[in-house]
Amino acid sequence: MSTAIKETQKMIEEVLEAYPEKTKKDRTKHLAANDPTGQCSTCQVKSNVKSRPGVMTVRGCAFAGAKGVVWGPVKDQITISHGPIGCGQYSWWARRNYYNGQTGIDTFGTMHITTDFQEKDIVYGGDKDLYEALHELKELFPLARGIGILSECPVGLIGDDIEAVSKKTSKELGIPIVPVRCEGFRGVSQSLGHHIANDTIRDYILGKGQLEKSTPYDVALIGDYNIGGDAWSSRKMLEELGLRVIAQWTGDASINEMGIANKAKLNLVHCYRSMNYICRHMEETYGIPWVEFNFFGPTKIYQSLRKIASYFDDAIKENAEKMIEKYKPMMDAVIEQYRPRLEGKKVMLYVGGLRPRHTIGAYEDLGMEVVASGYEFGHNDDYKRTYPDIKEGTVIMDDATLYELEEFTRRLRPDMVGSGIKEKYSYHKIGVPFRQMHSWDYSGLQSV
Amino acid sequence: MKIRDHNELFQEQEYCEQFERKKEFENPWPAEKVKDVAEWTKTEEYKEKNFTRKHIKINPAKACQPLGAVFCASGFEGTMPFVQGAQGCVAYFRSHLNRHFKEPFAAISTSMTEDAAVFGGLNNMLEGLENAYTLYHPKMLAVSTTCMAEVIGDDLNAFIKQARDKGVIPQDLPVPFAHTPSFVGSHITGYDNMMKGILSSITAGRKGEPNGKINIIPGFDTYTGNYRELKRLLTIMGVEHTILADVSDIFDSPNTGEYKLYPGGTPFADAVDSINAMATIALQKYSTVKTMDYIQKEWGQKTPVLSPIGIRNTDKFFDEISKITGKPIPQEIEDERGRAVDAMIDSHPYVHGKRFALIGDPDLLLGVISFIMEMGGELVHIVCTNGDKAFEQEAYNLLSGSPFGAKGKVYVGKDMWHLRSLMFTEPVDFLIGNSYAKFLWRDTETPLIRIGFPLFDRHHLHRYPIIGYQGVINLVNWVVNTVLDEMDRKTINTTSFDVIR
Repeated sequence: MSTAIKETQKMIEEVLEAYPEKTKKDRTKHLAANDPTGQCSTCQVKSNVKSRPGVMTVRGCAFAGAKGVVWGPVKDQITISHGPIGCGQYSWWARRNYYNGQTGIDTFGTMHITTDFQEKDIVYGGDKDLYEALHELKELFPLARGIGILSECPVGLIGDDIEAVSKKTSKELGIPIVPVRCEGFRGVSQSLGHHIANDTIRDYILGKGQLEKSTPYDVALIGDYNIGGDAWSSRKMLEELGLRVIAQWTGDASINEMGIANKAKLNLVHCYRSMNYICRHMEETYGIPWVEFNFFGPTKIYQSLRKIASYFDDAIKENAEKMIEKYKPMMDAVIEQYRPRLEGKKVMLYVGGLRPRHTIGAYEDLGMEVVASGYEFGHNDDYKRTYPDIKEGTVIMDDATLYELEEFTRRLRPDMVGSGIKEKYSYHKIGVPFRQMHSWDYSGLQSV
Repeated sequence: MKIRDHNELFQEQEYCEQFERKKEFENPWPAEKVKDVAEWTKTEEYKEKNFTRKHIKINPAKACQPLGAVFCASGFEGTMPFVQGAQGCVAYFRSHLNRHFKEPFAAISTSMTEDAAVFGGLNNMLEGLENAYTLYHPKMLAVSTTCMAEVIGDDLNAFIKQARDKGVIPQDLPVPFAHTPSFVGSHITGYDNMMKGILSSITAGRKGEPNGKINIIPGFDTYTGNYRELKRLLTIMGVEHTILADVSDIFDSPNTGEYKLYPGGTPFADAVDSINAMATIALQKYSTVKTMDYIQKEWGQKTPVLSPIGIRNTDKFFDEISKITGKPIPQEIEDERGRAVDAMIDSHPYVHGKRFALIGDPDLLLGVISFIMEMGGELVHIVCTNGDKAFEQEAYNLLSGSPFGAKGKVYVGKDMWHLRSLMFTEPVDFLIGNSYAKFLWRDTETPLIRIGFPLFDRHHLHRYPIIGYQGVINLVNWVVNTVLDEMDRKTINTTSFDVIR
C-alpha cells in the first residue's frame, strides 16, 4: 500500500470516529483512498445501498429521479405529480431544463400539475379522481402529446392501480398515458427512479414515433437534460461533426423523438448513470451500439469527438480533426487566461450521477487537482469508471453525509468545492469557493 | 474574450437554425393551431372550463405540512428537525429553504424504504435518533412525519419512548413530535402542528410564577427582517418578550468563516418558560390555529392575533401591546409611524386606482390586502390555494370595509392556472405573489411585485421587514417603484419620459 493511500486511510478512520459503532462500520465501506488500478477489493467503495437513518444524507428519492431528472424535462407531455402536494411543489422546475415551445399550450415543462391528494384519497384511493383528472387535462390542454403519471409515496402504499387507469384512459383519449411507479420509498436514492423511468419509456414510448427517412449518420443524444441549454450546445457540435441528431433525451425532448430513438445508428450517452438502462435495451433489442462521451473541458471534448467519429466513415473522422483544429485556439485562449490563476488549486467534488468523474478533466485542463470525489447515488460501475481518472490516495466518498463533507473539507483544505444547492451555503459560510454543479450551463464548446 | 450568457447565446442564428432543424423530429403542431389554442386559453369559454375542473391542481401556491414543521422546529435553540419517513422529502425541504434564503439548512431523515413500508419505521427511528444525537449534538430533536410514516401509521410516542428506554438517546433529551402528513392542509398547518407539539412537550409541568413577559408567535413567516424588526420594536417599547420560534439567525446568519449547525433560535430556557407569560400574541391566524387554541385552553393566557402589516394593522398591534403590557407607545415609534404615513402620502397618487391581483398564503394576503387598500389600490383577484371558508369570509369582510375592496373577489382552493384565466379575462395592472407567479408575468405581461414565499429568483427580499411602520415603508417602496418602473418602460419610445417624479 502506498504512502498516499495509507495517509488518506488514516484520515478517513479519524473522521469515522464520531459515529456510533454500527454506523461507523457501515460508513467505513463507503469511504476509501483511491487506488487507480481499481484492483484492490478493500479500496473499492460500496455503493447503491441504503443510507443510514439520521445522518443527513444528501440523497433524494426515486420520485426525484423519475420526475425531476428523466420525465420532467420531456416538453410536450404533461407530467402529473400523483399524490399529495409536496413532491410536485419542491420539484417544480428545480433544474433549468430549457426547451422551445409555448408553455401551457403545446409544451408543459415548467408546469406543476398534481392530483393534490387529500385524506379521503388515502382512505378511498385516488384512482377515480385520477381518471377524471386525465380527462380534465385533455380538455384544458388539447395539444399535449402524452401524459405521465408519476406516483408519490402514498400511491404505492395504498395500492392504487394506476396502470389500469392509464390503460383505459389512454385508449379513450388517444394519447400515451404512462404510469411511472416511482414512489419515494422505493430503492435507496434517485437512481432507482431513473431506472423505473427508463423502463416506462421503453414500454410506452420507444418505437412508436414517426421518422420519415433514415440516414447513416443518425444518432440519439441520450442522458443530457439541457440544463442551461447544454444539450443544445452538444447538439451543435454533433451536427458540425456531420451527424444527424434524431432524438434528444430528455432535455427539450418531445414524445416523438423518444419514440424514434430506436432508429438511431448510434446512441451517445452523456449521463451514463441515468440512461444506461435504455441504451442497453436498445442494444439488445435493436442492435444499436452505444458509446459514452464527455463534453466537459477541451481535452475530454477532443477525445470524445474522436471517439464518436470512430464509429463513422472517414468524412466524419476528418470533420472531428477539423473541429479540433478550429476550436483549439479558442480553448487554448481560455486556458491561457485562467490557468495561471488556478494552477495547483485543489478541488473537492460531491455530486450526483456523472459529474464527479466527467468534470475532472476540465479541472485538470486548468491545472487544478481533484483531491476528493464522490457520488450521491453512483453504482459500482460509476466508481470503476472513476478510479483510473483520479490520483492515488484521493478520497472517494459514496453517499457522504453533511458531517463527512465538513470534516474532509477541514482536513483537505480544498480551494474549491463543487456540489449541490444543499451544500452550497454552508461552504459560503466557511469561505470556500463553491460551484453549484446541479444546475448551471457547463458542457460543450460554447460553455467552457 | 466574451462569455455569452444563455439568453444571448441561444438567440443567435446558428442556434435558431438548429432549433428549426430539430422540429423535423419533434412532430410539432402547426403554428396556426398552436396560436389558435393559445388565444382560446385567454377566453371566457376557457375560463369556465378551467374553473369547472375538480380533480387536478395546476401551479398551486402551497407546499406540504412537514416543510412548515421543519421550518418551525429550526427556530428553537440547538434544535435539529428530525423527519420520520422517506428521505427524499427532507432533501426537498432542505433545497427549498436553501433556495429561498440562500442559507444552509440542516434537517435529518430516517431514510425509510420498502422494508419500513412492510415492517414499520421503528428501526429507522431508533437508529436515526442515535446517529443524529451522537453526530450532531442537538439540544432538542423535533420529530415530524412524512406521508409514508403517516400512511403506515408509525406510533411516534411509543417509538421515542423505546428510544429512551433502550438508551439510544438520553432520558432527558427533549424530543417533541407532530404528525404532519402532506395530504392534510399545507405548510402552514405543519407549522401549527409542530409549534403545538414543541410547546406542549417542553412546557409540560413548567407552570409557575408569571414571568411578566409576552410571547410572540410569528407564524409561517419567511421574512427574517420581520423577526429582527419585531425584536427591535418591542425592545424600544421596553416589553420583555419571547419569540417562538425565532428563525431569524437560522436563515440569516453572519458570515464568520465558520459553519454553525445551530446559529441561533429561541433560547431553550425562554421557550420552556413561555407557559408563564402574561399573553401569547400570534402575528398570523391561519398558521397558528391549533397552537393558539391550545395556549388559551391549557395555559390560560390571552391569545390575540395581531398582524402588523399596513398602517392600520400596525396601529392596532401597538395599541394592543400597550394595553396588555401597560407600557406606553414611545415617541420613537410614533415618529416611525409619521414617516411611514409621509411615505404613503408621497406615493399614494401613483398607486391610487391601480388594479391588483394577489396570490399567497392566507395570513400574508390579509395583511397585503389591508395595505394595498390603504394605498388606494383596487383589489381585483385574490387567490389562495391553501385558504379555507373562514379565510374567505374574513377576506370579504376586510374588502367590504373600503371602496377599494368593492370589486375584489376571493378564490380559495384555486391555483395559478385559475388566476391565469382571471388575468386574461379581467386584466389587472399589477400582480403580487411569489417567484412562481412569474409564469403569470410571462404569459400576461403583468408586472410582478414579489411578496411571499418562496422567492427564489430575487436575492435578499426576505431580509427586509414587511411588518411594523418600517415594513410599511418597504412595501410602499416595492409597490410604488414597480409602478414607476412600469411607467418608464412604457415611455421608452414616447415623449413622456421623465427624470423627476
